[in-house]
Amino acid sequence: MTLDPSAIVARHHGDASRLVQILHDVMAVEGHVAPPVITALARALGLPRGQVEGVVEFYSFFSSEPRGRFRVLFSDNITDEMAGSHELRKHMLDSFRLQPGEVSRDGLVSIGTTSCTGLCDQGPAMLVNDRAIPRLTPARIGAITSLIRGDVPVDRWPDNLFPIASHVERRDLLLSTELSPGAAIDAAIARGAAATIEEITRSGLRGRGGAGFSTGTKWAACASAPGPERYIVCNADEGEPGTFKDRELLAAHADLLFEGMTVAGFAVGASKGILYLRAEYPFLVEPLLATLEARRRAGLLGERVRDAFAFDIELHVGAGAYVCGEESALIESLEGKRGIPRNRPPYPVTHGYLQKPTVVNNVETLVAAALVATHGAGFLRAVGTPKSSGTKILSVSGDVARPGIYEYPFGVSVQQVLDDAGAVDTQAVQVGGPSGMLLSASELHRRIAFEDVPSAGAFMVFDGSRDMLAVVENFTRFFAHESCGFCTPCRVGTTLSAQMMKRVVSGTGSRRDVKDLAKVSNLMRATSHCGLGTTAGNPVLDALAKFRPSFDKRLRSLEVLPTFDLDEALAPAREATARDDEGAHFTNQTSQAEKP
Amino acid sequence: MSTEKPRPTFQMDGHDVPFDEGQSILAAALAAGRYVPYLCYHPEFQPHGSCKVCTVKINGRTHASCTTPAHEGDVVESNVDELNDMRKGLVQFLFTEGNHFCPSCEASGNCTLQAVGYDLGMTSAHYSPLFPDRPLDASHPEVLLDFNRCILCELCVRASALVDKKSVFSLAGRGIQKHLVVNAESGKLADTELSVDDKAMSVCPVGVILRKRRGFQVPIGERKYDEHPIREVAVQKQKGE
Repeated sequence: MTLDPSAIVARHHGDASRLVQILHDVMAVEGHVAPPVITALARALGLPRGQVEGVVEFYSFFSSEPRGRFRVLFSDNITDEMAGSHELRKHMLDSFRLQPGEVSRDGLVSIGTTSCTGLCDQGPAMLVNDRAIPRLTPARIGAITSLIRGDVPVDRWPDNLFPIASHVERRDLLLSTELSPGAAIDAAIARGAAATIEEITRSGLRGRGGAGFSTGTKWAACASAPGPERYIVCNADEGEPGTFKDRELLAAHADLLFEGMTVAGFAVGASKGILYLRAEYPFLVEPLLATLEARRRAGLLGERVRDAFAFDIELHVGAGAYVCGEESALIESLEGKRGIPRNRPPYPVTHGYLQKPTVVNNVETLVAAALVATHGAGFLRAVGTPKSSGTKILSVSGDVARPGIYEYPFGVSVQQVLDDAGAVDTQAVQVGGPSGMLLSASELHRRIAFEDVPSAGAFMVFDGSRDMLAVVENFTRFFAHESCGFCTPCRVGTTLSAQMMKRVVSGTGSRRDVKDLAKVSNLMRATSHCGLGTTAGNPVLDALAKFRPSFDKRLRSLEVLPTFDLDEALAPAREATARDDEGAHFTNQTSQAEKP
Repeated sequence: MSTEKPRPTFQMDGHDVPFDEGQSILAAALAAGRYVPYLCYHPEFQPHGSCKVCTVKINGRTHASCTTPAHEGDVVESNVDELNDMRKGLVQFLFTEGNHFCPSCEASGNCTLQAVGYDLGMTSAHYSPLFPDRPLDASHPEVLLDFNRCILCELCVRASALVDKKSVFSLAGRGIQKHLVVNAESGKLADTELSVDDKAMSVCPVGVILRKRRGFQVPIGERKYDEHPIREVAVQKQKGE
């Protein structure tokens, strides 16, 4: 297939707000977006060339340079790492004689890493040409390596590589309630738009993405914002490392989600909904489109939903940027721009997608909203705590016997979850992902609820054998990779944190690094532009407070250490001489002293 | 009886600061002669709040003062040690991120980053420098681009798009890889529509966008911030003087 940029642009009606989807189409044909293609797209869309280049370079899934015909990306979450991803990746790199990220000379393959792919219950995982492969083992890596060597196109690879398993270990309200398609819509119509919002408010439903804003209040604000056009956006950009509960909801409960979006559309007076799906879940695209089509045929979407209102839903696929989970960055991305969080106020409820009033809700929130619309506020109020009504779906992974999806009423203790998942000798639990809370063994009595330990869904367990500093180092690397770079504190702070954590973990850190880690984390917390930056220091600050001895054990006694690393400086020489033996390394202080 | 309604005020460091409806804390403070350090703000452009150096505490919470509208009765802290330490930390971040060698820089003495650093009592960049590789662009006959000094304030991006209507500059990349690019397939300034009388030529707060053959015309020691401290210059600039 040859690339025709203007034909692709025409297919998207020359609409510049569809730039991200247009770039996906270009990538599908050529595997990269070459500079002349960027120029052609900019011309066809009437955008400054630099703007298109900026978008291409912003998203991890786009590239302006050729990558391998096979683009292998190992998921780099800590749970993948604990399951052996680093060894598997090294093995694969060695067998192709490649460096990380390097393209083989024949253009066949490149092997790198990507942020958490949401397969933590079945890791280690990878993406090959944007297709997900879970449960990697040396044998599966061997098979994949052979297929790549044989230049077998990915769509002809054996089916047994790709299936994504569903591990639902505990069901409660959301995961056990069956709803016939249309039931929630009918209930909402019978109740009326204003009364539906009122019902949602009374249910105490709070946003399940982590921030916990009242859903009813959000809907009411959007409904009363001036203007004829409104939008419902579902945030399915589940990027928080360790979170995969939306994957399950989208795979097994899509009807309920679309029902919730449609109810929201009816309630606030929106006729268009957009589902923003993270690019790491390409295996969900076809099933979701099929569900949407079935609902259109059943009269549950389209010009006349139940003969009462117009509402339809469009699917938008992200392109690998965690920051787009922030609602205003997500909207920017929907508009075909770099995912940079906006200045607020104004908020999306008044100035959202295309500057129109917009509700942005998490997948789980909208599923819960569909059930409240059907069964009333009491349905949610009956479970959970007074301040956190309803249930929370947790994605449990790490050192547990049974990783998977667990739905509990709010207020469940961390210990209860650990017991149910079969965790032993638990050293720490990271609740809510890297941006959430790191709990030590003395805090396992604490409860999952907005008023105690809030969580967007991640629940990663670390037993006594794990090095918690290596865990934190992984998290700092994640934030450095995902910072959008808009504001100074987050852009520079995340990078400095990752560098200092790397030094501490490798035993070359100083007391000054530890002091600076706290300082940088606090500066990011106080001055960053959005939630990514304000929370990026959390794992470091939590670890300093709760695992301080681990830091001190790793430090050399010096206050200041030279940042110049002799051994690292030798790396180019080693490469040039193809040596990697002991004599080509400065291994420790003694050997350095012995060298002439 | 006066027909003129008295302007609403907020409090900054114990002083009343009057403001107009919709005006930001920063703009109102500068207009009232109260200096708040900043880098990416410019009175002629919509603020976008990326440098965060103008961070203040409003009713106890930190906000970028350039993007936060003032409200009657707000209690704002600005010139206090805690905030000045944060600002110094942010300026140190910028010195760490780029390649800033003041003694050999043509912009020394005219540079806002340098002046704000001095003003905040910064004596070193503190962190290990990142030493990014940022090649110069000398392709344009009249203009040199030295990306080493870029602090990503986007003033040239905004000026070129909004005033010059040329969009010569854009930002690309993400996180620490974010960088300034020019609007040409070759990536070279010579292939853009930039001309020396563009607004974009005059807004750079550091030393990225330089006129060729004008180097060191004004001797070091007689430059903008040598003559007047940035506290005075910033307040004058807000008043359009």
